[in-house]
Amino acid sequence: MRENLHRFFRAARGAGVRVSPAESIDAMRAVAKVGFGDRGILRDTLLLTLAKTQDEKLALADTFELFFSPPEPKQEQLEADDGRDPQDADRGAEPDAANDSGGSQSAEGLGPLAQMLLSQDRNAIAAAIAGAANAASLSDIRYSTQRGIFSSRILDAMGLQRLRDDLDDLTATNPSLAERLRAALDGLREAVRDTVNQGLALYAREEAENLRNEILRNAPLARIEPRQVEQMRALIRQIARRLRERYSKPRKRQRRGHLDVRRTLRRNAAWGSVPFLTAWKRKHRDRPKIVALCDVSGSVAKVSDFFLLLIHSLHEVVDDVRSFAFSSHLIEVSAILESKSPEAAMAEIMSKVGFGSSDYGSSLDDFEHEFMSTLTPQTTVIVLGDARSNNLDPRADILRRISERSKRLVWLNPEGRMTWGFGDSEMPRYATFCSVVRQCATAQQLERAVSDIVATYQ
Amino acid sequence: MADQKASTSIEAVESGLAAQGYIASRQIATAVYLSQQIEKPILVEGPAGVGKTELAKAIAAWRGMKMIRLQCYEGLDEAKALYEWKYAKQLLYTQILKDKLGEVLGGAQTLHAALGQLHDFGDVFFSKEFVEPRPLLQALEQPGGCVLLVDEIDKSDAEFESLLLEILSDFQITIPELGTVSAITPPTVILTSNSERDLGDALKRRCLHLHIGFPEQRLEERIVESRVPGISQMLRRQMVGFIHELRTLDLKKLPSVSETIDWARVLVLLQAGELDTEIVKDTLNVLLKYEADIEAAQPHVSTFIARAARHNVFG
Repeated sequence: MRENLHRFFRAARGAGVRVSPAESIDAMRAVAKVGFGDRGILRDTLLLTLAKTQDEKLALADTFELFFSPPEPKQEQLEADDGRDPQDADRGAEPDAANDSGGSQSAEGLGPLAQMLLSQDRNAIAAAIAGAANAASLSDIRYSTQRGIFSSRILDAMGLQRLRDDLDDLTATNPSLAERLRAALDGLREAVRDTVNQGLALYAREEAENLRNEILRNAPLARIEPRQVEQMRALIRQIARRLRERYSKPRKRQRRGHLDVRRTLRRNAAWGSVPFLTAWKRKHRDRPKIVALCDVSGSVAKVSDFFLLLIHSLHEVVDDVRSFAFSSHLIEVSAILESKSPEAAMAEIMSKVGFGSSDYGSSLDDFEHEFMSTLTPQTTVIVLGDARSNNLDPRADILRRISERSKRLVWLNPEGRMTWGFGDSEMPRYATFCSVVRQCATAQQLERAVSDIVATYQ
Repeated sequence: MADQKASTSIEAVESGLAAQGYIASRQIATAVYLSQQIEKPILVEGPAGVGKTELAKAIAAWRGMKMIRLQCYEGLDEAKALYEWKYAKQLLYTQILKDKLGEVLGGAQTLHAALGQLHDFGDVFFSKEFVEPRPLLQALEQPGGCVLLVDEIDKSDAEFESLLLEILSDFQITIPELGTVSAITPPTVILTSNSERDLGDALKRRCLHLHIGFPEQRLEERIVESRVPGISQMLRRQMVGFIHELRTLDLKKLPSVSETIDWARVLVLLQAGELDTEIVKDTLNVLLKYEADIEAAQPHVSTFIARAARHNVFG
């Protein structure tokens, strides 16, 4: 059973539950205390010791059901058995003694697998499949294309070769028994296939997910397919969590060991400056203040969408975010993003300002007139856009004033560097006033960009 | 054999907690049982008011142990959680003992001799007498063991979590000047969190993770029954049914168990025989804590009452 638990841990990792060796030891200890008698208690115990969040609990509960579901080979055999029962009964009516003795005689010369199949010992067969699956290290299965090779490995480990020889012999000597054995072999193949499928479902999930995420991270956000949007959102949330863990530190920390002499003396003046009360130096650290200006026209909209989602799910790290969306004119969208679900918020923003042809000049003008006062020397301004202003006045002078008022001005451009400055792109003219200009087309680039911005406040 | 014992012991936990007026689900009882068996803290997460803190109180009452509570907040540090040197006392003693020191050192001829004599006294000022034990240290010093409740750990800073790690895994605290203080009897540790921020993996790894959600209808009825004995069975069913309907709405703050109990008390006080629209609308502010929520719930009140009543007939 310990072996089984170990395989369960691997399956749990496959389902995305991080199980460290220490946790598996704890789980083993806990299981040793409660035993395997009660399925419900065993399940609760594993959930308590292994899962660390509600999501993990759900995933683990699913894995538990899949893993400890009554082994499918049993059912297969049961059905097969039911199908055969009438036949057996028929045979019972005939002079069965001879048949039986004949069967047992020929069975004596057979290999262990053939004997097992003929004796219809379901538990033994299930155990043999499980044993062979272990021997073939089924838990290493990663891709669905490996199913065939693992099936044949398991069958080999169970002694298929011997069974084939037996079958050949029997066809010559005892055709009816051979027929029975052949049917049983088909049943066995099916059972093994089911075992391999279950193994794939259990152990390969992590690998498949990693691969998919890796591809997704490097896919251009603007050309993402609708069916991938949900996965992308999940990925962005994951990125947000990672950034949050990395950067959510308290703003002020006492620097113990650095006495603030002036304040200490002042505070203790009443006691003749015998320092009963001490005062320590503090270090203040600002939390990032971010003002985001997002182009929501056409191809840039998708990137803006994910960018806003990322920024707004960073609320523990980033104290103060104000978001503005523009295409031909500019509006503030912070309230919409905070009160609504990402889909609804984006839909509303698009209906208000989206789908116009972008006019950077007038949008920047809107910003200067209404919101210039939001900028402080601690603010990082992030502009996300392709800087394609349809040959209208780019008003780079406003961008200069924005840059002067803020701590940093970062421009994220979803287009590749190659195209900057060609056609109606005003990027080179804007770039002069930006602290940083970077390309930002994929989730990975997005993560790096936001991570760098937040890191400057640490 | 062991299996038999485990399930009966879990039932024993359930009935023990029930005797203290805490109706635990099977999962909660399993967690409490396991935490005793493998000596691990329990990290309880869940929405506000589902009885996370109550669980610790019930365990303490059931096992007749003292409960030590550490309420976490932003800025909580080791001086308030672990121990603190009684700095003023140390200083006061040195001032008082000034003359004494003079006497002791008077015999010494050279500076070296004086220093040597001073060393002989050892670290008198950094001894146990000058340590002010805070909740965590107190918990370790209880001879009969205790229940240590670290409440709302998510409100504290991330650094504070690291501070807890030593006490959670080894039940000991290291004070640099004194050495390591180990627990006389390992305390039962309960940590609660409202998931306001994600806790660190290191902390989570050291705990059993228990999530308490809103209870099922039957369980909630039993909870109300044990907490508000005066309420009739019919009204109890109706009100719990109503609350379960209410929880399906998209509200800012869903009513939790503590609100259910409060509401039951209110209904008993108002001597309500059964739920009707009038009384529900009048007392909705007991259940919902935001004006917007009350407004959102108002239009549904009569349908929910009808549905709850129907459940009552068939369920």
